[in-house]
Amino acid sequence: MFDWFGKVSYCPHTKVAGFARHLKDGRIMGSRCEACGEVAFPPRADCPACRHDAFAFVEMSGAGTVVTYTRIDAAPAGFEDVTPFTVGVIDLEETGRLLAWFGETIDEGDIRIGMPVQVVPRIFEDTEQIKVHYTLEQPGTGWVKTDSS
Amino acid sequence: MTRVGVVGIGHTVFGRRSDATVQELAFEAYREALADGDVDPSVIDASVIGSVPEYHKQRSLAGVIQEYLDLNPRPTWLTEVACASGSAAIRTAWLSIRAGVHDVVAVIGCQKMTELTTAEILALMGRVGDVQWESVFGTTFPGYYAMFAQRHKHEFGTTNDQLSLVAVKNHYYGARNDKALFRKEITVEKAQASDPVASPLNVYDCCANADGAVCLILAAEDRARDLSDRPVWLDGLGCATASMSVLRRPDLTGLPSAADAAQQAYDMAGVAAADIDVAGVHDCFTIAEIMAYEDLGFCAKGEGGAFIQDKASYIGGSSPVNVDGGLKAKGHPIGATGVSQAYEIVRQLRGDCGERQVPDADVGLTHNVGGIGQYCFVNLFRRD
Ligand SMILES: [Zn+2]
Repeated sequence: MFDWFGKVSYCPHTKVAGFARHLKDGRIMGSRCEACGEVAFPPRADCPACRHDAFAFVEMSGAGTVVTYTRIDAAPAGFEDVTPFTVGVIDLEETGRLLAWFGETIDEGDIRIGMPVQVVPRIFEDTEQIKVHYTLEQPGTGWVKTDSS
Repeated sequence: MTRVGVVGIGHTVFGRRSDATVQELAFEAYREALADGDVDPSVIDASVIGSVPEYHKQRSLAGVIQEYLDLNPRPTWLTEVACASGSAAIRTAWLSIRAGVHDVVAVIGCQKMTELTTAEILALMGRVGDVQWESVFGTTFPGYYAMFAQRHKHEFGTTNDQLSLVAVKNHYYGARNDKALFRKEITVEKAQASDPVASPLNVYDCCANADGAVCLILAAEDRARDLSDRPVWLDGLGCATASMSVLRRPDLTGLPSAADAAQQAYDMAGVAAADIDVAGVHDCFTIAEIMAYEDLGFCAKGEGGAFIQDKASYIGGSSPVNVDGGLKAKGHPIGATGVSQAYEIVRQLRGDCGERQVPDADVGLTHNVGGIGQYCFVNLFRRD
């Protein structure tokens, strides 16, 4: 199921595969260790703090601030049709960091380090298989949440 | 414990070598190193090969090189830590000598990068980061360093001109190095007119793929003094790591692994940054050299841009850096690069560099980074 995540997937198998289903439902999930409560994003199955192996998904707000960014003009295989694109690294409000494309609500020329953004779940259109990702948008940008579980 | 000395060095020209296999390139460097040190192959106990396997069609490279060098049945092994694979080979050779297992070891860093098609290279380019959370968004090697550059500009006011000045310096020295891929000087204007790669980096902020091989022959102190009348000593080694994922790096304006590795090497050799007479640093991108000035302590944090603007890293400045042209002008055959840096430092400490010679160089340093700082090796060399 994790191969749902991303335009090109290199990583079909992971203990946090459920992340992709939650993203399809409009939810951005981190992980919380069931032993010590450590929250991580990106989510991880094995707690870095206490090494416990049981975790639960916990929903993140998706609010964050831009740490750095770049416009990529020379892209790798599989991204030719979306090049150039601009990626940013953001600090999430709760904890952790996330890397994603900037979306349509933010003009490239307006991107600044330190600006607030909202992570918005996205489903790729025009593909036969399910493909999901997320983009960085203006705070206040809305989206639909569903519940398939 | 014994010191470890460099007794022979050899270096192919870096560039497109459509005429040779990787083992043939390795042999060129090996033959030159034996001749340089007047070393008979019979005294070599083992070889260590530094290279990145996914660029070669030949699998298990150490075996095919060992055979071609006619060193069977002596031991060989491969070290791989991305672009720092060559320095990892030096480190394990040093460890095997210090452990008393071997007395004389041939280290060969080598890479044939032009066997791959453009499509194969573009596919590899998509897997340089954390493939689970980052590569799915099309991140690339230049893309990561571009994000470091963007952050460095934001925090410290570093400018695009300062980035380009690193390329100008390294092309200036590359034009005077007969082993270099690019042997032409450039200007800031020319650098900034080149095509964009990942903002703020353009083509002239990036090093180029190349083919090449470099060999060092290392020996325990007593053997080194027998084999060479001017051994150069590998007296300090540092090695550290940082997270694979850029998402787990609190500071995006430097490489924590480089600062850690440098401190280890300085402590082992009993020197400080100010004692370094000449350095080879991993300028895979111009911002990488500016961060290296800071991580190695050649200047204070945030002052790397001013450091190049003041020409402090030219010969005659406080810390001459990459006076062989660096990765930028020499080319970057990834497994060979760390050994190439050591080759240049040995020549500098011998006083053999002609118009590129740093006067009275006694202590030299190499700084070799794997990936985006997931690995860093710093080695310190000293002459008698
Ligand atoms: Zn825990």
